[in-house]
Amino acid sequence: MMMEGKDAVQQAELITESHFSNPQKTYFYGYSAGDDFYEALIAAHANLSETESHAFNARLVLILANHIGSLPVLRQAINAAALPDV
Amino acid sequence: MLSTYTYPKFENSGAAEIGQTIHRPVVVVGAGPVGLSCAIDLAQRNIPVLLLDDDNTVSVGSRGLCYAKRTLEILDRLGAAGPVCSKGVSWNVGRTFLAEHEVYRFDLLPQPDHQFPGMVNLQQYYLEEYLLTRARALSCLEIRWQNKVVVVARDEACAQIEVQTPDGSYHVSCDWLLVADGARSPVRRMLGLDIEGRVFRDRFLIADVVMKADFPAERWFWFDPPFHPNQSVLLHREADNVWRIDFQLGWNVDPEEEKKPEKVIPRIQAMLGPDHAFELEWVSVYTFQCRRMAQFRHGQVIFMGDAAHQVSPFGARGANSGIQDIDNLGWKLAAVLSGKAPQALLDTYDAERTEAADENILNSTRSTDFITPKSPVSRLFRDSVLQLAHNLGFARGLVNSGRLSVPTFHAQSPLNTPDRAGDVFAGRMIPGAPADDAPVERFNFSAASNDRGQNPQTDSSSSDWLLRYLGGSFVVMAAASQEPDAQKVLEDITAWAESLNAAGVIDLRVLVVHDLGLVEGEKARGAASFAPTAVADHAGASFVNHILDCKKCLAERYDLKPGSVYLMRPDQHVAARWRRPSQSDIAAAYRRALGHLSH
Repeated sequence: MMMEGKDAVQQAELITESHFSNPQKTYFYGYSAGDDFYEALIAAHANLSETESHAFNARLVLILANHIGSLPVLRQAINAAALPDV
Repeated sequence: MLSTYTYPKFENSGAAEIGQTIHRPVVVVGAGPVGLSCAIDLAQRNIPVLLLDDDNTVSVGSRGLCYAKRTLEILDRLGAAGPVCSKGVSWNVGRTFLAEHEVYRFDLLPQPDHQFPGMVNLQQYYLEEYLLTRARALSCLEIRWQNKVVVVARDEACAQIEVQTPDGSYHVSCDWLLVADGARSPVRRMLGLDIEGRVFRDRFLIADVVMKADFPAERWFWFDPPFHPNQSVLLHREADNVWRIDFQLGWNVDPEEEKKPEKVIPRIQAMLGPDHAFELEWVSVYTFQCRRMAQFRHGQVIFMGDAAHQVSPFGARGANSGIQDIDNLGWKLAAVLSGKAPQALLDTYDAERTEAADENILNSTRSTDFITPKSPVSRLFRDSVLQLAHNLGFARGLVNSGRLSVPTFHAQSPLNTPDRAGDVFAGRMIPGAPADDAPVERFNFSAASNDRGQNPQTDSSSSDWLLRYLGGSFVVMAAASQEPDAQKVLEDITAWAESLNAAGVIDLRVLVVHDLGLVEGEKARGAASFAPTAVADHAGASFVNHILDCKKCLAERYDLKPGSVYLMRPDQHVAARWRRPSQSDIAAAYRRALGHLSH
């Protein structure tokens, strides 16, 4: 379930299990929504140079961060990204 | 090499018709797994089939390996699943490693209570051998080895081929030419038809090795392992203590050089360590493409399997999708040949199987792009997913080392009758869905069960499965109900099925599903009233079967409630379903599923 608007602000815990979804599409297999996202992400970089890709990623992080909004969640996300593999 | 298998040599039967022209209703070109399965399916429907193959033995070397649950279900209908499962290596669990650490584990069969495992690994030559054994038992199936199609022509009504044999050539005119002659498809080329898609710039080394090893029967996939840095490696167990190891090599290698034992053996030693003695069984280097023909049906010529579509091997979607092609085609062609369906039904083979091919190409392309990133940033994301996968569940879900072959849900098929407004069903058995299997028990109505007082006996001594009662013909699957209205519907359906089947060919069977709770309740009360009587009257006839939903899996997977009815296609896909249909609802859905679309 995507959290939106007020719900997203109130969300206090970082979601770490897969919850990609698309209400416009019926998925029959668990991996398909995540794979759709991943393909779109890689496709967005298709014609970018490495520098352009870095900048694209930075913009994307900022946009997603604002969508999440909740500072406790964003701090958990930053920590999770900093320590990928303990 | 190839110490574990002795290849049969098939005699060219010698053609009596050299220089002549013969006519056959159906010719299948190519006796690989797809062509053989297709010929068996049609011959089982009493359609005379001529199967031509330009070779004189089964598939040589490392070819298809993994046969998915859906394929096993189809092979079961074709009478070949038994030896495949007993000779092959069953597995459900796949493990994915990054360097030395496991990052992701999947189980293909998270639900228990299915007859077949998620996958069976078996060398392709064994599958072909078992299919041949089955094919030879069918009197209306004729196989001709070393019979090569060298000329093809087609017009509105039929196809003409010239067949070259060691003894000379002959001509065949056929109503239907079914083409299963593989990725390079000579017939496709002779007709000048295109197949388009994407070539991947990567090479893979396949080594089949013979060794005694106690690794579990699982699929193991490594990203960047210490023994093969920066590339991927895949390990599968096959029958006869043969193991398949698949090394990614990259594009800039010399395939001939890489095939040499002095090059291959050190790679395997690095992987297995010094303690494993092994012998090379077969080595090859391959590249692959993801592509398909724009259309699989060209008038009277129909393409299937690799001839029609090709995928990367990650996901085992090649042979598996080919066998699903023939499952989709067989009943449709039989219905057209018998005059029960319009030729337009065959256009739905095209629509449904191109949909499936697109799904297979999409999934196998995504796997390939994950395994072989095409740019530095794609590689960065891939590696980041793998790093996060250790701690974060969502990233494990994104790890893509192959999305293994699963059947397509033909949710948009014109053969489906959409759910009626107000008929709400939980679960995923929507119109177009491939039927989920479930354990059942057969009700044995003896001849004496016309005596209403007698309790039907269930046979719980051996395990039995829903899919054995579906397939081959249409099936109306109805949940038993004690309500008079629902019982009347069941009587009407049974009478209608009897009229359809009057010609001696069974087009439609009735399957009555009894609910465990209801049956036990009735038994407890002396069972005097437990009698779907009109059905019991027909119980001696083979087109009505009764089963008990002994583990309540049908209730759950199909959301069956008393009075619910499903219409199942001969290829075990859902055509329609209702909470409380009339006989005419079901008859209309049956006509629609036979391709009588515009009424």
